[in-house]
Amino acid sequence: MATKEEIVAGLADIVNEIAGIPTEDVQLDKSFTDDLDVDSLSMVEVVVAAEEQFSVKIPDDDVKNLKTVGDAVDYILKAQA
Amino acid sequence: MTAKINPSKGAPHARIVGVGGYRPVRVVPNEVILEHIDSSDEWIRSRSGIASRHWAGPEETVAEMSIEAAGKAIADAGIDASDIDAVVVATVSHFKQTPAVATEIAHRIGAGKPAAFDISAGCAGFTYGLTLGKGMITDGTAGHVLVIGVERLSDLTDKEDRATAFLFGDGAGAVVLGPSKEAAIGPTVWGSEGDKSQTITQTVAWDEFRSGDVSQLPVDSKGEVKFPAITQEGQAVFRWAVYEMARVAQEALDAAGITSADLDAFIPHQANMRIIDSMIKALKLPEHVAVARDVETTGNTSAASIPLAMERLLASGAAKSGDTALIIGFGAGLVYAATVVTLP
Ligand SMILES: CC(C)(COP(=O)(O)OP(=O)(O)OC[C@H]1O[C@@H](n2cnc3c(N)ncnc32)[C@H](O)[C@@H]1OP(=O)(O)O)[C@@H](O)C(=O)NCCC(=O)NCCS
Repeated sequence: MATKEEIVAGLADIVNEIAGIPTEDVQLDKSFTDDLDVDSLSMVEVVVAAEEQFSVKIPDDDVKNLKTVGDAVDYILKAQA
Repeated sequence: MTAKINPSKGAPHARIVGVGGYRPVRVVPNEVILEHIDSSDEWIRSRSGIASRHWAGPEETVAEMSIEAAGKAIADAGIDASDIDAVVVATVSHFKQTPAVATEIAHRIGAGKPAAFDISAGCAGFTYGLTLGKGMITDGTAGHVLVIGVERLSDLTDKEDRATAFLFGDGAGAVVLGPSKEAAIGPTVWGSEGDKSQTITQTVAWDEFRSGDVSQLPVDSKGEVKFPAITQEGQAVFRWAVYEMARVAQEALDAAGITSADLDAFIPHQANMRIIDSMIKALKLPEHVAVARDVETTGNTSAASIPLAMERLLASGAAKSGDTALIIGFGAGLVYAATVVTLP
């Protein structure tokens, strides 16, 4: 099971790979759409990659609620448990 | 008594020997789409890669567009129309269900009395038809097969639905399949996921449209009952396409016994540029592979998209005859089909 720090680092790599955002910009309080330039379709790709990496399921209906990096990290932490 | 029955004798393999396409005369840029929906050219381009599409006029019927595309494919193949033993038409937008449009097309191109029928497999329709045609040739029930993908999706588009209004286009693409000494169409990896049937569907079934309680049917901005249209859960379809379809594409490469490094071209169903870009990444396609990006000026033409994109890739010089191409169709059903082909 990944720790909170590992999930943040993992998400940073994924966002970097998909949207080309520098990993250091991917902070807990950052909004995917407003701060990181991840649009709704890139968000789907981020989610698919995160599901693979952290062995969790994130249904479409829940994706809409993941506004910030912190939301996603908390969701993955809970889903792992 | 169980009589001894002669087995059918087919060619060792099949190949695509000719390709042709028809795009309607009327070009519809995003500006025209924006007359009916609250959106922007920038949004449509960034989410779909689509800048314009072709919409058919009254004379450009499913049959007429097919006949144009078929004529070019037959000329490209260098055969006579009378050499065609079967006509397979993949479409979801031919509104006269009886008889199949394939028979009219077969007759009007001068193919004589070939086997002729329509199939319904959404955006995988062309690859399904190609797979059937290959089987007919290797089985010996046909020498040459004409496979057509044709759509008038503008007839099934809700021009006021901002989730779909900009996506669809019209056109026809055709290939002629013939016998081959070497394998030139790989094993098809195909299937369906009926549990996701509601993710791309028709708003109202024809029988409900005719006899249903009209007060229950969707109405447009003028208060008139809307004609049935294609509706979809965009995000769910996008997720399925970028994740599951990349895997199916990889399975088709494996089944053909090649890797992405052996490819010269990638011709996926032209649904959305973002799906195409995501697949390129997932498949780790090398730089040298020419990728069909016809969706930019043709939109999503469902069953017609792969042969149209193939024809354009060859015409542009980005790919050439004898090149190895991966094709994959996927869409309403949900259905999918992928295979590796040698280009005509
Ligand atoms: C259709 C598609 C481009 C829509 O993109 P999307 O990101 O899923 O769109 P959503 O409906 O989730 O909307 C995202 C945002 O854009 C807005 N939006 C939706 N359609 C819009 C439009 N036409 N113009 C401007 N904004 C639009 C929404 O209001 C929403 O804004 P919000 O986040 O502020 O609420 C996309 O889902 C897609 O292409 N999916 C695959 C479909 C496909 O290829 N199907 C055929 C397969 S054969």
